[in-house]
Amino acid sequence: MSLIESLPRVRSLRLPRADGLIQWIVPLVIVVVWQVACVSGFVPARVLPAPSDVALAGWKLLLSGELARNIWVSFWRASVGFVIGGGIGFAFGLMNGLSQLSSKLTDTTLQMVRNIPHLALIPLVILWFGIDESAKLFLVALGVFFPIYLNTLHGIRTVDPQLIEMGRIYGMTDGELFRRVIFPGALPSIFVGVRFALGIMWLTLIVAETIAASSGLGYMAMQAREFMLIDVVVLSILIYALLGKLADSASRVLERLTLSWHPAFQKH
Amino acid sequence: MQEALRFLLPDAEPVERTDFLEQARLARRGPEVSRGLPLTIRGVRKSFGANEVLRGIDLHIPAGQFVAIVGRSGCGKSTLLRLIAGLETIDAGTISFGEHARSEDVRVMFQEPRLLPWARVLSNVEVGLGRDRASSNAQIRAEKALTEVGLDDKRDQWPAVLSGGQKQRVALARALVSDPRVLAFDEPLGALDALTRISMQRLLERVWHDQAFTAILVTHDVSEAVALADRVLVIEHGRIAHDVAVDIPRPRRRGSADLAALEGSILRELLLSADETSDL
Repeated sequence: MSLIESLPRVRSLRLPRADGLIQWIVPLVIVVVWQVACVSGFVPARVLPAPSDVALAGWKLLLSGELARNIWVSFWRASVGFVIGGGIGFAFGLMNGLSQLSSKLTDTTLQMVRNIPHLALIPLVILWFGIDESAKLFLVALGVFFPIYLNTLHGIRTVDPQLIEMGRIYGMTDGELFRRVIFPGALPSIFVGVRFALGIMWLTLIVAETIAASSGLGYMAMQAREFMLIDVVVLSILIYALLGKLADSASRVLERLTLSWHPAFQKH
Repeated sequence: MQEALRFLLPDAEPVERTDFLEQARLARRGPEVSRGLPLTIRGVRKSFGANEVLRGIDLHIPAGQFVAIVGRSGCGKSTLLRLIAGLETIDAGTISFGEHARSEDVRVMFQEPRLLPWARVLSNVEVGLGRDRASSNAQIRAEKALTEVGLDDKRDQWPAVLSGGQKQRVALARALVSDPRVLAFDEPLGALDALTRISMQRLLERVWHDQAFTAILVTHDVSEAVALADRVLVIEHGRIAHDVAVDIPRPRRRGSADLAALEGSILRELLLSADETSDL
C-alpha cells in the first residue's frame, strides 16, 4: 500500500526537474562528439569547423555588431511577414468558417493557389519587387498564410455543434457565441496552424535571403561562402536552428496559457 | 444554519434528519402553489422528409406536473421534447404555455452535459442566466444553483476533471439558474452508471419539488419514469398510446411493489406493441 502510494509521488517529483534538462542531452552530446572529431583531425576544418571555431567566429561578428544587425533584420522580416500572412489567413479562415457565402466564393480559389509551392514564385517575385524588403515579406506572408487559413477554418468547422446549439438555447447573441463557444473551440486547431506556419516562416526566409538579399542571416551565410568563411556559414545555420526553437517555444508557452482548460495541458 | 441551531436545543424533540428536511421543504413550497407553466399541445405534427415522426399529439400538462414520456427508440419522444423546447419548428398544430413564456422560462437538459470545456464550472453555470448574464448578481445566482446540486466546492474547476455524474449536475445547475418554469429533460441520465443514476434521480426529484417547475422527462427507462413522474405517457408510432397516472405517494421507495407493478404493466404494453410491429 505504502509503495503504491509513494510511487506516483516520487515520479511526479523527479520528472519535471529532469524534463527541462533531458531534452538538451542529445544536442550536447552531438556538440561534444563534433568537437572531438574536429580537434582529433578526423574531420578536416575546411569540411566542418570545430564548434569552438564557430563560437569564436560568432564572438567576432558579435563584437563588430554585424551579427546582431543581421539577426535583427531576419527576425524583423520573419515577424512582419508572419503577422501579415497569418493575419490575412486567420481572417479568411474566420470568414469562410462562419459564412457559407464567403466559403463558396473564395475557398476553391484559395485551394488552387495553395497547391502552388510558394517558393516557385521566387523568380516572379524578384521581377515584381526586386530584392527589396517587400519581396521577402511577400514570400513569408504567402507561406504562412495557408497553414493558418486551413487550420483556422478546420477549427471553426469542427466546433461541437451540440455546444453551438446549447449556446443558442441559452440566448447567446452571435457575438457572444463566437467569443464564448466558437473561438475557444477553434483555438487548439489554430495553434497547430501557428506552429506549422512558424516552420514555414523560417524556411521561406532562409531561401529568400540566400537568393535575393543584401542583409540578414541568409545573406551573411552567402557572403561567407564567397570568402570561404565556413565557420560563419555553420554559425548562420546554427542560429536559424536556435531561432526556430525559440519561435516554437514561444508558441508552446502561449498554447499553455490559453489552453489551460484542455486536458492535454493540465498540470497534475 | 437554522436547522443546525435547532438541533442543538436541549429540549427540542428528536427529529429524524430526513423527515425534518422533508417537512422544511413542504413548508417552503406551500400547498398548491406552483411557479410552473401549464402546457397545451394541440394536433402537433412533425416530419423529417418523408418520415412522419409525430402524427398528431394532443396533450395538456397542468402547471407543476412531472410528466415522463417513454417509448421505444425512434418513436418521436425526443422530437416532441425538442418541439416543446423550441429547438425544431412545428409542421402543424400548436404548443402553448399558459401565459407568455420568456426564453429563460423554458430550459432543456440533454443526455450530454454540453459544458464549455474552456470555462470554469461557475462560468458554465452563468451561461444559463441567458440575457441576465451581465447583471451584477449573476455570480451569486450561479453559486446558489451550484450549491443546489451540491457542487459549490467545484466552482473553480475545469469541466474536464469532473466525473460524468458531476458534469450532469453542473448542466442541471445551468438549467436551474434562470429559475425556469418548464424544464425539459432529454434522457439526462442515459449515459450514467446505475448508482450515479439513482442519486441523480433523487436530485431531480428534490429540485423539482423545491422549485416547483413543470418537468417533462423523456426516458427509455420505465422504472425511472414511474419512480419520478406524476404521469407517464407512452408514445407509439408518433401518437400518445397510453396516458398512465402514477398515484403512488412521495417520497417513493425504490423497488417497492407498487412501483414494480406499474412498471411491469407499462413494459408489457411496450413489448406487446413491439411484437406487433415485428410481425409486420
